[in-house]
Amino acid sequence: MPQRFRDAEHLVRLAILFFVGALVFLVVRALWVPADFGELGHFRTGVLQDIRNLPIHYAARASCGQADCHEEEVASLASDTHASVGCESCHGALAAHAADPKLAKAATLEGDELCSRCHASLAARPKDFAQVDIEVHREGSACSECHDSHAPTQ
Amino acid sequence: MSLDRREFLAKGTMFLLLTGAASRAWAFIEQGRPQDAPDYDLATHWWAMFIDIEKCIGCGRCVDACKVENDVPPEAYYSRTWVERYIIPPIDPADPMAEILPIVDSPNAGRDGFPEVPAVAGAKSFFVPKLCNHCAESPCTQVCPVGATFRGPDGVVLIDKTWCVGCRYCIQACPYGCRFLDPRTNTADKCTLCYHRITRGLTTACCEVCPTQARVLGNLRNPDDPIHQLLKEHNVQVLKPNLATGAKAYYNGLDGAVR
Amino acid sequence: MHTLPGVEGFMYPNEMELQWSILIVIYPYLTGLVAGAFILASLQRVFNVEAVKPTYRLALLTALAFMLIAPLPLQLHLGHPERSLEMFLTPHTTSAMAMFGFVYLWYLLAVLVIEIWLEFRPYIVEQAQTASGALRLFYRALTLGSYNVSPHALEIDDRVGRIITVVGIPSAFLLHGYVGFIFGSIKANPWWSTPLMPVVFLFSAIVSGIAAVLLIYLVYCKLSKIPIDMPCLDSMAKYLYYAFLVDFSLEMLDLIHRIYVSDESFKSLDFMVHTRLYGSQVVGQIVLGTVLPIGLLGLTQLLSLSVQVRQRLYVTAGALTMAGIFLMRWNVVIGGQLFSKSFLGYTTYKMGFATREGLLPALVVLVLPLLVLWVLVRLFPPMEEQRPAPARPGDQA
Repeated sequence: MPQRFRDAEHLVRLAILFFVGALVFLVVRALWVPADFGELGHFRTGVLQDIRNLPIHYAARASCGQADCHEEEVASLASDTHASVGCESCHGALAAHAADPKLAKAATLEGDELCSRCHASLAARPKDFAQVDIEVHREGSACSECHDSHAPTQ
Repeated sequence: MSLDRREFLAKGTMFLLLTGAASRAWAFIEQGRPQDAPDYDLATHWWAMFIDIEKCIGCGRCVDACKVENDVPPEAYYSRTWVERYIIPPIDPADPMAEILPIVDSPNAGRDGFPEVPAVAGAKSFFVPKLCNHCAESPCTQVCPVGATFRGPDGVVLIDKTWCVGCRYCIQACPYGCRFLDPRTNTADKCTLCYHRITRGLTTACCEVCPTQARVLGNLRNPDDPIHQLLKEHNVQVLKPNLATGAKAYYNGLDGAVR
Repeated sequence: MHTLPGVEGFMYPNEMELQWSILIVIYPYLTGLVAGAFILASLQRVFNVEAVKPTYRLALLTALAFMLIAPLPLQLHLGHPERSLEMFLTPHTTSAMAMFGFVYLWYLLAVLVIEIWLEFRPYIVEQAQTASGALRLFYRALTLGSYNVSPHALEIDDRVGRIITVVGIPSAFLLHGYVGFIFGSIKANPWWSTPLMPVVFLFSAIVSGIAAVLLIYLVYCKLSKIPIDMPCLDSMAKYLYYAFLVDFSLEMLDLIHRIYVSDESFKSLDFMVHTRLYGSQVVGQIVLGTVLPIGLLGLTQLLSLSVQVRQRLYVTAGALTMAGIFLMRWNVVIGGQLFSKSFLGYTTYKMGFATREGLLPALVVLVLPLLVLWVLVRLFPPMEEQRPAPARPGDQA
C-alpha cells in the first residue's frame, strides 16, 4: 500500500495544487465581488440607487405653473388645443431653471421651424391631426403673427 | 386631435396624479428638487408603456428629449429610442401576388422629424416609436455572462455600467435592436425607462414631451393606472410576439408589417 | 434612405455598426482547432487507431498552443478586459457564454494540461536532472517535486491518462458544441438560431483540427528532417475525409431546410448570401473550402496514387480546409450581423487595420499559436525519434 501511494505521489501533489488554486479563487471572489451582489437577482443591488441618482434635466410640466411663475401661460395653454403639449416639448429641458429661475434661462424657441416640426403636412401623420402645407398656409408671414403658441386657435 | 377643456382637465389631472407619485413626492417636484423625493417602493411597481400609433405624428421630440435627459452620444447609431416611418404600398390588383415590401426610414433616428418624401400612390403610412420593450422574459438579460444587465423587481431592464465587461452578447440577443455600446464607457447601453425619473414620481422624458400623448407610461401593479383601461379598450400588440419575450411596450394600431 | 455609407435599405439605428468583429470570428476558429486536434489525438489513445500514433503528442501540443492564445482575441474585443474575471466570479447560469468559461477552464486544466503533463513526465523528470540554467528550473517546477518514474508510477500515469482522454472526448465535444450554442441559442437572429448550430460547429472544428495537425505534422517532419509516416498521414486524411462528409451534410441540411421552410427571414438572408456574402460563402466556403477539398481527398481514397501525389493533394486539401472553415466562422459571425432584424436592409463590415479589433491584431492572433507551438515542441519534443524514451508498459512504438 505505501509503495503504491508513493508511486502516485505526483498525482497527490497535483490534486493539492488544484485545491490551493480553488482556495485562491474563493479568496479573490470574496474580495472582488461587491457585498450586495445577488440580493434581488443576479446583479449588484446598489446599481438601482446609482441609476436613481442620475441627474434630471426635464422638469414635470406641472412645475411650470407653481409658485406664481408662469400661471398665465399655463392657463392659456390649458384653454386650447395645445393643452396636451408639455411646456418643455417646445421650450427644452428646464429642470435647472425650475430649481433656480435665475440660474438657467428658459431655452429660446426655434420660431417657425418649431411649429412646422409638428404641423407640416406629412402623409404619415394621422388624418385627424392639424397639419398644413406650411409655405402655402403662411402666405409669407411668420407663424406667430397669427397664432399665439400657447392658444393657437384663438 | 382636439380635446375639449373638460376632457383635458379630467384626463390631465388623472395623468398627473397617477404617474406613480405620492403626494409627498409631488412637493419636492414642485420645488424643482425631485432628487430629494422619499423612497420608492419596488414592490408596488411593474412598469410598462402604452404607445398609440394612431397618435404619433413623427415630430421626434421624444428622441431629442431622451438624448438630452440621459446624456446619450449624439450619433444616430447610439439610440435609446427612435421613431420609424413605415410606408406600405398597396396591393396591386393587376399583380396581387407581387411581394409588398414596406419602405421604412428613420433619418437621424427621427430626432429632427421627418422630411416629406415623394408619395407612393395608395400607400398607407404611419410612424412607429420604438424603445426598449423592458421584456418580462428578456432574452438580453438571459445571455449576460456576468449579471451586468438584469430585469429589476419592478420590471425595468437596467445595465450596471460598473460591472459590464462589454462583450456585447446582450446587443446580439435583443430582437428589437434597442441596445448599443456606449463608446464613452465601453459598456452596453439602452433605454432605462428614465428610471431616475419614474422612481421619483415623474414620467419618462419621452412621455413628458410627447405633444400628442402617443407615449404613456404605466404601472401595471397599480389597479387604478389608466394603462389598464387603455389595454382593455384598444387592440394591442407587442413587437415580434412570436419570440415570446414578454415585451411590455404595448402598441395600439400596430400594423402587421411592422418588425 | 441610408444614414451611413454602406447601409442599404433600412436598419434599426443601432444595427448599422457591427458589434462582433473579426476577432470574434477568430475565437471559435481557434477553439475549434483545439477540439479537433484533441479528438484526433484521442483516436489513438481511446479507440486504438495505432496508425495516427506518431501525431499523438504533436496533436496535444497543437491543442495547447491554440488554447493558450484563444482568450487573446476575446480580451482585445471586450470593452473592459480588466473585468473579464467577473465571468468566473459572478457567472450568470443562464448565459451560455458564462458557462462556457468554466467548460474552457475545465478543459484546459483538467484535461489538456494534465494529459500533456502525464505524457511528458518521464522527459520532464529527466530534463529536471540534466538541463541547465533557467530551463532546469522550469522542468523542476513541472515535476511538482516528484521524480518517481518507476514502471509502476508510469503505469498509473498511463491509466489516469487514459481516463482523462476518455473524459476529454465529451469535454472536447462540449468545448466546441458550446460555442455553437452561444450562437444557436439567439432567437433574435435567424441566421444563427438553429439547433444544428452546435453540431455544425463541432464537426467543422473536427475537420479544421485534423487538417491543422496534418499540415503541422508535415511541416514539423520536414523541418526536423524526420521521415514522414505515410500510413499515419493517410489515416489522418481518411478521418478528415469522413468528418468533412458529415460536416458538409449538416451544412447542406441547414441550407435545404431553410429553403424549403422559407420563413419570414428567408428572402432577406437569401439576398444577403447572393450579394454581400457571395464571395465568402458560395465561392470561398462552399466551393473552394468544402467541395474542392472533399473532391481531392475523395480522389486519394478512391485512386491508388503515389506518395508524392498524395502528399501534395493532402497539403492542398488541408490548406483549403483551413481557409474554408475560417470562412465558415466568418460567414456565421459577420453574416449574422450584415442584415437587419427588420429584414429590410443590410450594412457592411468596416474592418480597420491597426485598430484594437482590426486586421493587424487579427493576423497577429492567428500567427501567435504557431509561435507558441514552436516553443512548446522545443520544450516537449513530440517525436519519439528525437529523444531516448524510457520503455513504457503497453508501448508499441
